[in-house]
Amino acid sequence: MSILSVRDLSIHIRDARPVDGISFDIAAGECYALLGESGCGKSMTALGLMRLLPAAAEVASGNIDFEGRELLALPESGMRDIRGGGIGMIFQEPATSLNPVLTVGRQIVEALELHSDLRGAAARARAEQLLDQVGIPDPKRRLDEFPFQLSGGLRQRVMIAIALAGSPRLLIADEPTTALDVTIQAQVLDLLDELRRTQGMALLLITHDLGVVARMADRIGVMYAGQLVEEAPREAFFARPAHPYSVRLFAALPDAENRGGRLTTIPGSVPAADVRHAGCRFVERCGEALPACAATLPPWRAIESGQRVRCHLPGAAPAVAIKVGAGDTAASGESTPLLDVSDLQVHFPIRRGILQRAVGAVRAVDGLSLRLMPGRTLALVGESGCGKTTAGKAMLQLIRPTAGSVRLDGNELTALSTQELRPLRAKMQMVFQDPFASLNPRLRIGDIIAEGMQALGVAGSPAARIGGLLEQVGLRADMAARYPHEFSGGQRQRIAIARALAVNPQLLICDEPTSALDVSVQAQILNLLSDLQRDLKLAYLFITHNIAVVDYLAHDVAVMYLGRVVESGSAAEVLRSPRHPYTQALLAAVPRVDGVRGDAPKLAGDMPSPANPPAGCHFHPRCPLADEACRREYPAQRSFGATQLVRCIKAD
Amino acid sequence: MLLRSWPPAAGRRRAARGYIIRRLLYAIPILIGVNLLTFALFFVVNTPDDMARMQLGVKRVTPEAIQKWKAERGYDKPLVWNAAAAGGAKLTDTILFAKSVRMFVGDFGRADDGRDIAREITTRMGPSLAIAVPTFVLGLFVAISFALLLVFFRATTLDFAGVVLCVAMMSISGLFYIIGGQWLVSKVWHLAPISGYSGGLDAAKFLILPVIIGVFGGIGSSTRWYRTIFLEEITRDYVRTARAKGLPERVVLFRHVLRNAMIPILTGVVVVIPTLFMGSLLTESFFGIPGLGSYTIDAINAQDFAVVRSMVFIGSVLYIVGLLATDISYTIADPRVRLQ
Amino acid sequence: MIQPVLLWSDALLFVLIAAIVALALWARRQEPLRAAWGRVLKDGVAMAAATVLAAFIVVGLLDSLHYRARLDAKPGEPVRYAVEVNSALDALLSDLRQRSEKTYSAPLATHLYAKEALGDSAQRDFPRLRHGGTHLGADLSGHEFDVAMRVSRGCAGGVALWLVLAALWCRHKRISLVATLKVGAGGTATGAVFITLLAIFLLLGIAISLGGGYHVFGTDKVGQDVLYLSLKSIRTGLLIGTLTTLVMLPLAVLLGILAGYVGGWVDDVIQYLYTTLSSIPGVLLIAAAVLMMQVIIDTHPDWFATSAERADARLLALCLILGMTSWTGVARLLRAETLKLRELEFVQAAQAFGVGRFAIMRRHILPNLMHIVLIALVMDFSGLVLAEAVLSYVGVGVDPSTISFGTMINTARMELAREPMVWWSLAAAFGFMFALVLAANLFADAVRDAFDPRSSA
Repeated sequence: MSILSVRDLSIHIRDARPVDGISFDIAAGECYALLGESGCGKSMTALGLMRLLPAAAEVASGNIDFEGRELLALPESGMRDIRGGGIGMIFQEPATSLNPVLTVGRQIVEALELHSDLRGAAARARAEQLLDQVGIPDPKRRLDEFPFQLSGGLRQRVMIAIALAGSPRLLIADEPTTALDVTIQAQVLDLLDELRRTQGMALLLITHDLGVVARMADRIGVMYAGQLVEEAPREAFFARPAHPYSVRLFAALPDAENRGGRLTTIPGSVPAADVRHAGCRFVERCGEALPACAATLPPWRAIESGQRVRCHLPGAAPAVAIKVGAGDTAASGESTPLLDVSDLQVHFPIRRGILQRAVGAVRAVDGLSLRLMPGRTLALVGESGCGKTTAGKAMLQLIRPTAGSVRLDGNELTALSTQELRPLRAKMQMVFQDPFASLNPRLRIGDIIAEGMQALGVAGSPAARIGGLLEQVGLRADMAARYPHEFSGGQRQRIAIARALAVNPQLLICDEPTSALDVSVQAQILNLLSDLQRDLKLAYLFITHNIAVVDYLAHDVAVMYLGRVVESGSAAEVLRSPRHPYTQALLAAVPRVDGVRGDAPKLAGDMPSPANPPAGCHFHPRCPLADEACRREYPAQRSFGATQLVRCIKAD
Repeated sequence: MLLRSWPPAAGRRRAARGYIIRRLLYAIPILIGVNLLTFALFFVVNTPDDMARMQLGVKRVTPEAIQKWKAERGYDKPLVWNAAAAGGAKLTDTILFAKSVRMFVGDFGRADDGRDIAREITTRMGPSLAIAVPTFVLGLFVAISFALLLVFFRATTLDFAGVVLCVAMMSISGLFYIIGGQWLVSKVWHLAPISGYSGGLDAAKFLILPVIIGVFGGIGSSTRWYRTIFLEEITRDYVRTARAKGLPERVVLFRHVLRNAMIPILTGVVVVIPTLFMGSLLTESFFGIPGLGSYTIDAINAQDFAVVRSMVFIGSVLYIVGLLATDISYTIADPRVRLQ
Repeated sequence: MIQPVLLWSDALLFVLIAAIVALALWARRQEPLRAAWGRVLKDGVAMAAATVLAAFIVVGLLDSLHYRARLDAKPGEPVRYAVEVNSALDALLSDLRQRSEKTYSAPLATHLYAKEALGDSAQRDFPRLRHGGTHLGADLSGHEFDVAMRVSRGCAGGVALWLVLAALWCRHKRISLVATLKVGAGGTATGAVFITLLAIFLLLGIAISLGGGYHVFGTDKVGQDVLYLSLKSIRTGLLIGTLTTLVMLPLAVLLGILAGYVGGWVDDVIQYLYTTLSSIPGVLLIAAAVLMMQVIIDTHPDWFATSAERADARLLALCLILGMTSWTGVARLLRAETLKLRELEFVQAAQAFGVGRFAIMRRHILPNLMHIVLIALVMDFSGLVLAEAVLSYVGVGVDPSTISFGTMINTARMELAREPMVWWSLAAAFGFMFALVLAANLFADAVRDAFDPRSSA
């Protein structure tokens, strides 16, 4: 018996059709995942169900049947009872989705007053109960706090509590954990799963993350360019995806198995929403397209195992061949490190009082040591706020370190003046996280790439070199005359890489270079990076939170927690046999596509503030193994295996 | 200066007090700067002799007349350093000290008509406030109400017409509102006296017209400004959350949007409140209200430099008070802001 | 024949126009800027407002071509030029300028507005005007008919001129007139431009046709034609609205960027500067500065060859003073934006190459602030035009001999209290000012919407 039944829903924004005739059903208590990359129309679908579309968008046609009521025919007042009461919703950004000037309690009570008879003290008591239910410690105190006083994970829990206030039968979760760290993501996903089971609530989960889908969903609908292209039960989907697009999504995922090889990429990009299609929307990017694919829209076709697919290709789609490469590309014979960082500290003073004296410091980086050999990739892994980005910038001397040493190719950088640094800057460059903020919108691509060559006086004809660089990163030489806004996110990231390469660096510091990109585009960039490493013998310091990417490309790994490296070593050792409890928890928290759950303990709570780190081992408040000794002093470094260095007295 | 963080509860009040003291200390160099600037404008760019010559008229200027004019006003001293005097008087018996430094203790000296400026200011403050406060409060209320109305009906014809009307109203000169209002209300309709003032309750009949005109003249620009703020606020994620709860649009607007929009609105509004004391130049002079605004205008027209300098000083003090009040009002409107 | 006179304000105005043309040419090559201007060009209201503004600018430019006429001289004598400095607009409007009456007369009137003793009799009556309506002769019964005839002739002339222009345009573009007039058909909003032009031409035709025989807006206290005064006021308004911002911009941009990018003590000093300046109530600071400037001008009469130059110096000084007191807001805005830009990754990428501070400010910060500068420029214009009127009323505006909306209103403000009331000077001044400011506001709105990244959604 389905609780929600959507038929032929189409949403138009002027000429564009972000949602173009999708139909699906959700049974009571079921978790249905809408899976797709950015821009495929999944969030628009969710807002359309709630009739909360932005002003320019409108539902052009279709039916939405919720518990026997046609939502599109309801008057606005009737729809208000459904919102919150029948269907609850939580959003991607817990930081902005809560009203900043109202207390948490007020925002929950508001929803209770709308959908129940509870008032005053009774409503407040119920709100406290809800906070408790979503796992917020000390709920009574939290009621009177404001959202900014809570961490990201707690805010998302508050969002869930608000959604639960109306006892909805269906909860729409729109990328509920995308903005959260992986250990917090695990907590929130557990909570959602538990609520679904205890409340018998159906869940419409909207996500781009195959791991989250594998962890949560009963059934899956794959969306592409405004349409559903495949619908399947979880087991069948993960065992054998049917649509060529689904197959490629899996193949584009980096992990240890295709380490050193190339990832399968999906050429091109998702067609714009205002393009009209006669046939299959995926035809231009599909390797196996038949003549019929471009001409007629494929009908739904049921295959065994309960799957449905919209594809002309007979049978299930062929598995995409994954070319497994020739193992490690790194020249590991050399013994002098290219980059040698020891005891690096970056402190930001906290000023107080009438004279603005420094009364303390935010210890963003607090004694970080690492070594990177030429031609190798070192992944610096950690959750947001652990100081990894600050560390990267301090190594480049974009932020001057408070203390410690950074040696590049034997040169001590921290002692050099801005002028003295300039010749060394050519050896070390950076690729930034946000491809939209890293290119000056007012400059042509050619000028952007030429900037470093001019500043550092790189010899040779700039025009020819720019053309060569663009081709090296997979673009065309004639694109040099264009402006950044004409390029997609993935192309921009290629340009940013070309800009860094222009000065012939030996080391690239890559700060989350793929975290803003879709998985198929991420695969393209990762392939490019490994090609470049092979051809140019580049060393990478890869700053990331994405364990799968680390597993795919890193030779060495350093795990950071609260400004310090807690465990380091070769990728094989650290990722296969993690010894620090934080590393173990971090790895276990990553949702895996194969659905296997790690047995390591789940982390409770959040990372403490770097302004006020805990005494002793920084990790002890969250550590299941911690005892009195851990609270007393910071653990010394201990060596395991060939390369593994761990800062934990309990590690074995 | 404003740090968005949350210090431990015990230190919060002390931090706020420290912040206020620090801001008050920061006011001192600013006031010194203002004072030096006006001193330079009034005494260095032109010498007192130049001013005397111009005030007395070019024709009948004799050196004696200039001397007399300067002596009457105390401008016959050296500017910053009196070499002829003894001891501390080398510094204090100068124009800088007598005319600028003494302002810090509230001694503004005498106007050209011989009256004490400080006393004049205290008696004229009342009428100025009597007109400025109602205009301010009413204007704020009317403009915010209109803006909320337009936002409630956003993207409809009513909204469009409202915006067009606002732009048209803000394109009309303030002088027109006063002259036209006086003519229409007082001369054609005979509803209120055209100008004048009296103390006590009688003042009301003289105040109605200038207040209404003041409110009317400000509606266009402020309504449009508030509307922009509300519209910006209404696109935020938390508004979507509020709607997803099932709240009616009215509640979303008043409980959620208005509260958050108060933060940017306060920036522009609170800083003005202390300067209400200064009165309105135009309104007071057109309506013959004996407040500080008309005092200033009369002083400018009579080229009474002592009064102009005093008003500059008081205006700066009030502005700085306004800045501080803005910061403090943030802490009330926005729980995220704590004074540090 | 004539001796051209280049007043300082003329020179600056032409420099300004040259700068705008150069910027426009530069912007054409900049893809993002061209896209933004494209949005303005598509906006019907904005283009109509721009057309009205262009009409005002043409009047203002004509009024900025100054010269001194050559005086008739006997042969053999050295050539002499008149003391009076006139402009091309004065030459065009010489009829209006010279046909002054004795005192007030109503619009289109044939008689003065004040009674006076006629001839030697003791009887007082309204005398005939010296110029207005003289062509009617003694018989005034045809007055209304004559006015109607002149209006229709003016309309016909305006429509004819417009048709010629429209036909030329249609031939050039090879499209029909109907297609040209279609508003909002995508592309440039030429329809709005042509409809506005039609209105302007109609008004122009009527004004020329009526102005030949009457004082269209009447005359003021000393008998000057009010239409002439209104047209002369336009240049003053335009100058104050544009030169002020021009004076202030380089300073505001430089200090704003320096404060935001360099930080540290530079930031502290600049912040101190603008907090100090902005803490002084604007009108008072302007009043103090203007009073002082007046003393300087009065004590140095030898600096200026003609009264026009003196008035011009005072106008420029007013712009300077207004500029010096109003740069603080823009500087604060630019500082805040620079603080945001400084943290962006493309700036950090440049830092990673060791690009120098000033090169980063020039290449990366400044171009990304230009939209704020442009928005400030157009948004400030209308406020400054309005401010001129208020300042002139307060007595710290332009020189009393400079014709401006402010001086017009100032001399006319007591006239509503007269019995019978004299309303036309005020109405004309407010009317022209309203048209100018409204057009500027509408245009500014469109520019802001097109350039502000936040409002483009």
